[in-house]
Amino acid sequence: MLGYALRRLLYVIPISLGVTILVFALVHLAPGDPLNAVVAPDAPASVVAKLKADYGFDKPLPLQYAQWLGRAVRGDLGLSVVNSRPVLDQLIIAVPNTLMLAVVATLIGFTLGAILGGLAGYFQGTWIDKFATGFGVAGVSVPHYWLGMVLVIIFGVELNWLPATGMGPGGSGSWEWNWVHIRHLILPAVTLSVIPCGIITRTVRAIVAEILSQEFVQALRAKGLLNGRTMLHVIKNVAPTVLAVMGLQLGYLLGGSILVETVFNWPGTGFLLNDAIFRRDIPMLQGTILVLAMFFVALNLIVDILQTLIDPRMRRT
Amino acid sequence: MRFRKYSIAALSAAVMATGIAFTLGGAPAQAQGNLRIGMTANDVPLTWGQPDNGFEGYRFMGLLVYDALINWDLTSADKPSGLIPGLAESWEVDQADKTKWVFKLRRGVKFHDGSDFNADAVVFNMDRLLDEKAPQYSARMASLVNFRIPAYKSVRKIDDYTVEFTTQTPDAFWPYQICYILMASPKQWEATGKDWAKFALTPSGTGPWKLTALKAREFAELVPNKDYWDKALAPKLDKLTLIPMPDASARTAALLAGQVDWIEAPAPDAMKRIQSAGFSIASNVYPHIWSWHLNRVEGSPWNDIRVRKAANLAIDRKGVLELLGGYAVEATGHVVKGDPWYGKPSFEIKTDVEAAKKLLAEAGFGPDKPVKVKMLISASGSGQMLPLQMNEYMQQSLKAVNIDVDFEVVEWQALLDLWRAGGKSPQVKGAHGVNISYTTQDPYSAFTRLMRSDLAAPVGVNFGYYNDPEMDKLLNDAQNTFEPKARDEVLAKIHTKMVDDALFLWVVHDVGPRAISPKVKDFVQVRNWFQSLSGVTMAK
Repeated sequence: MLGYALRRLLYVIPISLGVTILVFALVHLAPGDPLNAVVAPDAPASVVAKLKADYGFDKPLPLQYAQWLGRAVRGDLGLSVVNSRPVLDQLIIAVPNTLMLAVVATLIGFTLGAILGGLAGYFQGTWIDKFATGFGVAGVSVPHYWLGMVLVIIFGVELNWLPATGMGPGGSGSWEWNWVHIRHLILPAVTLSVIPCGIITRTVRAIVAEILSQEFVQALRAKGLLNGRTMLHVIKNVAPTVLAVMGLQLGYLLGGSILVETVFNWPGTGFLLNDAIFRRDIPMLQGTILVLAMFFVALNLIVDILQTLIDPRMRRT
Repeated sequence: MRFRKYSIAALSAAVMATGIAFTLGGAPAQAQGNLRIGMTANDVPLTWGQPDNGFEGYRFMGLLVYDALINWDLTSADKPSGLIPGLAESWEVDQADKTKWVFKLRRGVKFHDGSDFNADAVVFNMDRLLDEKAPQYSARMASLVNFRIPAYKSVRKIDDYTVEFTTQTPDAFWPYQICYILMASPKQWEATGKDWAKFALTPSGTGPWKLTALKAREFAELVPNKDYWDKALAPKLDKLTLIPMPDASARTAALLAGQVDWIEAPAPDAMKRIQSAGFSIASNVYPHIWSWHLNRVEGSPWNDIRVRKAANLAIDRKGVLELLGGYAVEATGHVVKGDPWYGKPSFEIKTDVEAAKKLLAEAGFGPDKPVKVKMLISASGSGQMLPLQMNEYMQQSLKAVNIDVDFEVVEWQALLDLWRAGGKSPQVKGAHGVNISYTTQDPYSAFTRLMRSDLAAPVGVNFGYYNDPEMDKLLNDAQNTFEPKARDEVLAKIHTKMVDDALFLWVVHDVGPRAISPKVKDFVQVRNWFQSLSGVTMAK
């Protein structure tokens, strides 16, 4: 087990290196000058040249990459070209906000998805199944920025039950787990939870249905085990796959909440990325994508290890 | 069946809990002297002196926390704003050598940190932008503003309250240029470790507002500067909160939900909804023009004045206005009718399809031989209003008079790159013009940079390589006319020639709509990109 975990940990090194190369290449592939979006449209060429030299954008790309990597390894992700503040400082503020949103959304999605999927799998062919399957399909199909806007219109504007934007009084860094703040979290978290909810519903339904048709379930029932006890065995068999799906979904939500964070003015990494993309803030873009990618890699690692712990069959492979 | 029972119970409980959660929501927050503004910017504009985010940055940070030596008069809603004394009490050009300007500085003004504003502070601030060897030099700040002061050569302290500026050549536009340079506190810069990024967290200017809290991308909080030197412009509010809200729907929702009291640029399709909820829309024409900047390189169909005039006569501006929910003014030139620089053009810009067809027929174009042009446009962008819809509407209008328009749609920053590259650049792929809205706030931005032949791209932003010695002479005359009234007359001649020669395809002037809560009182929207919040109050 320890050997497996160490081996997986070692894999992280080449993966991370690959990620950094990809991040750097993609960001620099975008056409245009890295500074044009932040300097004034008719800024003097000499000033732009000086600024380029300050940020090292005048050097060949491989050298820029090597220097950036060298600094990134030491935890220095450079300065934002927009506001000259360290990228890392801004990420330290934004990452927890996104993490909170993503975790809450995943929990909502997982809970609702597991219940609906479980019910649908157990009551195959009934109206419950149809409702849950329909919900699952709608969940994965609906564009979540659209849903976000609709929820804002209904609950924020028309009913005025929940705030439409922001993270509550004081913004990030002043978050407290009280109603004043939690009410700001509800709409974005619900919006973001719809996709994982749909996916988990469908996954759980399929696996529950499949497991229920397996012989060991019939054997358990034949032995006279009650339904609840039988379901415990079913859940144990469903868990590893659902866990893997949930881990991936959490990863997607960490990186994929750009639109939802923009619609709700949620000061997380999505909002940061949105700004960095529009203003071509290359250091900010590289730093944010790198950190999110590392989270994704770490999540995969954790899920793999957890799966191994839950499912003894994995240890044998 | 126990599982079934428990599951359904759990599901019901979850649904109920969600319902209760929704029902417990509170009422919208009360303002109580705190004006909360939803800006269009992605981030709080830079606070270190020279703001980013264009003129919105000046409006909602630069001119709140700082002053310039010369300020804009932001009091009248009826006429374009003029220049008034700011941190300089007076200024005059040296009659013997018109490259020298002497500025008498205001005495007794203090920065927010308590230090004195004086001639040393002026020299410090100019060197911050223009002396690369100065320790306070910031290339980032220079990149934001130096293009606005092309005339600058040097500054010299004469005594503690007098400075002398030297310009590259005699330049009567200098007062319009120096009004963009905002004065930051040298003492505070030293106190923050001579680091502008740290200074930005606790900035110190002389402006009517002090920054008290700043969270990047979230909000900035400002309180009135109780010791503001101009008592008539001392803010009346208790607090001002500026919130970046780049998404128009999010801004509108925040306003309707009572989370902000004021939003910039509401989406045109939300205007009726906003008004029906009791909010008002403030608007006023300001120095902005939405037009097509025509490429005049060899072979361009726009080189024929009849084609240019025909295009100007073909546009159904009333339709464009309708598209914008009525929030614009039909353009009859580069500046608004009634502006001191408007002049007396003989070519009347209006919709006259028959006259347009006739002009094109004279030029040899018709249904069998339409004019074919390709325009560079963007899908969005600062000041661009609704570029896609408006351009498509124009395409339709022009088609009716036999001008076939093809669009090259590029991203906003890419469009600016192409604009800078100029009409001769291979990058523009033979495009016949570019759709970029312009400010007409000062004579250099409104006229000189776009039309003077030696400012053709890539040196300047005369995108189309327009070259007319007569216009060059007029532009130089304006720059050399130091008496304001006489200068306005030359600028009016420039504008008259612009319109009579139909140099651009002018469509509308923006009116800067902003949606405001009925609680916000005493706001006067002036005819300027910048607005004063000093007189604004909030009903309790």
